[in-house]
Amino acid sequence: MLDVFTWFANWLVYELGGLDPASKLGTSVHFFVEDTTKIFALLVVMIYIIALMRASLNLERVRHYIQQKNRLAGYGFGAGFGAITPFCSCSSIPLFLGFTSAGIPLGITMAFLFTSPIINEVAVIMLWSLLGWEFTLVYITIGMAVGIGGGMLLDAVRGERWLKDFAAKAYQQAAENPADNQPQGETPKLTLKDRHEFARDELKEIVGRIWKWVIIGVGLGAALHGFVPDGWFADNLGSGQWWNVPVAVLAGLPLYSNATGVIPIMESLILKGLPVGTTLAFCMSTVAASFPEFIMLKQVMQWRLLAIIFVILLANFMVVGWLINLLSPWLFSGRF
Amino acid sequence: MKKIEVLGTGCKKCTTTAEQIETIAQELGVEVDVAKVTDPAAIMGYQVMSTPAVAIDGKLAHSGSVPDRHKIESMLQG
Repeated sequence: MLDVFTWFANWLVYELGGLDPASKLGTSVHFFVEDTTKIFALLVVMIYIIALMRASLNLERVRHYIQQKNRLAGYGFGAGFGAITPFCSCSSIPLFLGFTSAGIPLGITMAFLFTSPIINEVAVIMLWSLLGWEFTLVYITIGMAVGIGGGMLLDAVRGERWLKDFAAKAYQQAAENPADNQPQGETPKLTLKDRHEFARDELKEIVGRIWKWVIIGVGLGAALHGFVPDGWFADNLGSGQWWNVPVAVLAGLPLYSNATGVIPIMESLILKGLPVGTTLAFCMSTVAASFPEFIMLKQVMQWRLLAIIFVILLANFMVVGWLINLLSPWLFSGRF
Repeated sequence: MKKIEVLGTGCKKCTTTAEQIETIAQELGVEVDVAKVTDPAAIMGYQVMSTPAVAIDGKLAHSGSVPDRHKIESMLQG
């Protein structure tokens, strides 16, 4: 079904545009046209459908649900809801405080916040269409694992000691005196029309926010695709020595992008022979460890806790990178 | 005079919300005092988890999005 985008790009770039399919420019432009049309078409359809389904999901209900769970299950549900809940990163702080003041352990709240930028419907749609379902499944699994593992480690070192005072107090009060945070009032039953309106607004909002990222990401991916020779990474960066992974994580740090911008670049990197685990480590580091996010969290945390979170995240990315490099011959049956 | 607080940690949507409320209040001839609240502790006090949110005279009236014109009008007139 997705072949139609390849045909369209063939027609537009090679026939109408007259570019040579064997040239660097031709390959790059073809890649760009095929991927942008494919991604935008899929995004519009899928965001709408997914928004229809999750119109009734809100943070109050999610919080209530997580509160009901025991601690261990809580990490999984925290990360899982982080992946599916519509949520803007500018709400990180209110969300953090809302969870904390309801007595939800720091690690579970952070599992939510770690996973949220890594997994979302846009990332999943793009991965699926560009790299296939096996890759998408691996990505979702490690995104969840990074969230759950990070959360558990934070609780293991009792990270809540280093919250800002007002947040720590709110957490303690809730722990001593658990209030029932049952969402107030009946959840109104949504009609199909309500759902349609929600989905339409979501679609407008999300596409309005990410379209630039898609174009930049695919543009960079296309340039890599056309102008970097096959095997360049293997020749110049080594092919899978252990130190490649930490280097990739560090290289991703100063770059700040969302998943939408990074995925098309990932596609190119992998096709050019960069090992999958190394690529994923780079991608996670770009997406999930961003300085603006950390500066925001400073409002509710002491430096010490921020530093611990940072180290835990980086360590997780490296473990993921090494693990996937080790396993990739089995995971992808030699496709990458 | 209605005291209106726009709650949010300072993203663009919060600014838009505050501006729209001011514009619409002027059109309707409602006197308002719009303030932006960015202090996390104050936002926590309102039990808000998704921003931008709007509180009128100390009571939460909206949260989670930039309110549309219809919603703002009914908030101001309510």
